[in-house]
Amino acid sequence: MRQMLLVPVLALLTSMAWAVIETYEFSSLENESRYHRLSQELRCPKCQNQNIADSNAPIARDLRALLHRQLEAGASDEEILAFMVERYGEFVRYRPAVNQQTAVLWIFPAAAVAVGLLVLIIHLRRRQRVPRQPEPSETELAGLRAALAESSGAGKE
Amino acid sequence: MGRLRLFVPLVAFALLAVLLFRGLSLDPTALPSALLDKPFPAFTLPTLGSDTPRSRDDVIKGPALVNVWATWCYSCRVEHPFLVELAERGIPIVGLNYKDEPTKARQWLVDLGNPYSDNISDTEGVLGLDLGVYGAPETYVVDASGNVRYRHVGVLDSAVWEGELSRFFSQEAAP
Repeated sequence: MRQMLLVPVLALLTSMAWAVIETYEFSSLENESRYHRLSQELRCPKCQNQNIADSNAPIARDLRALLHRQLEAGASDEEILAFMVERYGEFVRYRPAVNQQTAVLWIFPAAAVAVGLLVLIIHLRRRQRVPRQPEPSETELAGLRAALAESSGAGKE
Repeated sequence: MGRLRLFVPLVAFALLAVLLFRGLSLDPTALPSALLDKPFPAFTLPTLGSDTPRSRDDVIKGPALVNVWATWCYSCRVEHPFLVELAERGIPIVGLNYKDEPTKARQWLVDLGNPYSDNISDTEGVLGLDLGVYGAPETYVVDASGNVRYRHVGVLDSAVWEGELSRFFSQEAAP
């Protein structure tokens, strides 16, 4: 029984090996590292929450092949990204360029944090401004002590 | 002022509720074509009918639908009868046979009917790449001046036609 359970458990452990395996030859180490960087930066249009390095979709395979071809043909990073964006839109980049369409995406998080900080500061300032209770005077303290002694004395009886 | 401030959370909640409710009816995977209001990419490719390469202006005379399909694509089989129906209504449809084998594609048209005025044979997916195709079926609307006006990804059925595409063909589509 134990051994039967072992099989699916071991099968689950292999999930790390599910990433796409492909072999491309690069003319230089630099091109190879650029390939890895760009294929992780480019987003697969079909399976939208994966980059093209991770995706098994046919379109991701095509885009990887295209990326390899362009790198070997000597295109710069900017040229390659522009080529992809021209066809698939800013969507295809995980870090899209700042323009009218993507402004909200870039500005909103910072704006939200700024507004939050502002609210927090205003709130803290206001709390500081509330006048503190004056310390009780000696006569008041004496009165309180007397009242305490009286009530505890009454409790004992 | 002090009283009105009590309503701030309520207003904030209402705004959030409207926003989230709107989100329920949005399709987060929908992607507009990067070519909207730009010319359909130029190409020189053979058609299923003949091996002589033909150009964009020769094949696509808008306004027309350009339907990306392939025999390996199951959804294409689902939408095919509706395409035949549209063609019978007089809507010009150009096929883009995407990464497919021409022999299989020709047999498909014999078996299921041919709604296409022409079929661009893009066996390598070159035009598909220029067009930003990421899976079949996709349907593009090309207007009279050759610009891409709309892209629908997925099966084209009567609901999609009425809701999204028929407005580009108001004269022709009138029953």
